[in-house]
Amino acid sequence: MSDIVEGLTAAFWLVISLDPELLEISLRSLQVTLTSLVIASAIALPFGTFLAIRRFRYRRLTISVLNALMGLPPVVVGLIVYILLSRSGPFGVLGLLFTPTAMVIAQVIIITPLIASITHQAMRELWAEYHDLLISLNTSQWQRIKTLIWDGRRNLLTASLAGFGRGIGEVGAIMIVGGNIDNATRVLTTAIALETGKGDFALALALGFVLIALAISVNIAIHSLSRTEREGRW
Amino acid sequence: MTNILPLNLKDVMVKRRGKRLIGPVSTKLGNTGITMILGPNGSGKTTLLKVMHGVERVSAGQVQWAVPDHEAQHHQSYVFQSPIMLRRSVIDNLRYPLQLHGTPKAEQEARVSEWARKIGLEDHLSVQATRLSGGEKQRLALGRALIRRPEVLFLDEPCANLDGASTRDIETLLLEAHAAGTRIVMTTHNIGQAKRLATDAIFLLHGEIWESGPSARFFDAPETPELQAFFRGDIIA
Ligand SMILES: Nc1ncnc2c1ncn2[C@@H]1O[C@H](COP(=O)(O)OP(=O)(O)O)[C@@H](O)[C@H]1O
Ligand SMILES: [Mg+2]
Repeated sequence: MSDIVEGLTAAFWLVISLDPELLEISLRSLQVTLTSLVIASAIALPFGTFLAIRRFRYRRLTISVLNALMGLPPVVVGLIVYILLSRSGPFGVLGLLFTPTAMVIAQVIIITPLIASITHQAMRELWAEYHDLLISLNTSQWQRIKTLIWDGRRNLLTASLAGFGRGIGEVGAIMIVGGNIDNATRVLTTAIALETGKGDFALALALGFVLIALAISVNIAIHSLSRTEREGRW
Repeated sequence: MTNILPLNLKDVMVKRRGKRLIGPVSTKLGNTGITMILGPNGSGKTTLLKVMHGVERVSAGQVQWAVPDHEAQHHQSYVFQSPIMLRRSVIDNLRYPLQLHGTPKAEQEARVSEWARKIGLEDHLSVQATRLSGGEKQRLALGRALIRRPEVLFLDEPCANLDGASTRDIETLLLEAHAAGTRIVMTTHNIGQAKRLATDAIFLLHGEIWESGPSARFFDAPETPELQAFFRGDIIA
């Protein structure tokens, strides 16, 4: 019990004093996850919307695959990316293993299906609501997608936030492909695992607090950003 | 202005999963007037209206405007039985068809404020459309349909769930639009409304045109026993 109290106190001071190591690790976490989020959203939001409004031959199959991909264990994703990027793998020459880029690749693979799936779900409902009107108004395919994305932007934001939540807290895959190297690929989650293993609960707890605070404040920031323009909605 | 009328329907048939919904239907919509489509529930009114508008696939027969279909489409509007509101403000709903069409900004603003006034929603411009009352939604849907300046306006039971005052507002707007030259085709099962508005009428039963004609004869001297029974308020099997 005293371990924990001590840890909490130490953690408090580390945060208050803006410990440089803590700061660096936190910023790297944010950088890796936000980069992955931007890439994953750029793929998943249009793709999920497209899936919702277009009928094509392998649509059902695509959706099943998407849902299956959502359940991929991150550790396995990490392993596969590791094999692909390792020196003897097909992309070995790029020398990406144990770099933040490798971590971004793994994260993108993990969160893209999640964002696409939530987007698809939300857009399908909106499309069912709008379908008759948009057909009657003689809209082009592109006008339909734009209308749905604009009017469903709150849902899309929620989908992206879910991706962020999954990304920032992920540890298995980025541990494998990043290697948890000090000053290079160490992020909040991998550092917590390491410090806990070493028995340094103070640092581990401090990192944990920062992780939680990051997750919460990004959520709040995005929600309040979107609130200003939708005052009086619903 | 191009004239897309008359509209000719020739032996039109709509089947879904082997079941005949309407047909064979042959009729002609002339250049002017308000045509009422009457009939009991399930007689095929909505299906027929959608066929005319070109959003229901026909299984047989022809639907022919005076101009090619893709051109005719730009000059028609359709108001659905339960109004479809975009999840946007009232003003953005009104503006939407003009944006699609690429109308210049200044003209958009002028037409939007003109129509907001006509439909009596000028004090609700920034309200979310999904929050309006039933009558307000229907007026907005009508304004959004008319702001495109269609030659032909289709309406599917526009007053089905409205009270007297709201119904009167809608009817006033329709008569104004008609006076301004809009061809109107609508369904209703409110016989009073049909009599007030129609210049001619079609009685649908079992997916077929049972009887039709100019309103004077249609309402005052119905020929078929089924239409006579319908006017008496009997239940038609
Ligand atoms: N897509 C569809 N598939 C199968 N049956 C349909 C479909 N749309 C309508 N129907 C049926 O067609 C008949 C006519 O429907 P409708 O045109 O909506 O009649 P009304 O508008 O006069 O009430 C009804 O029996 C309805 O159940
Ligand atoms: Mg109907």
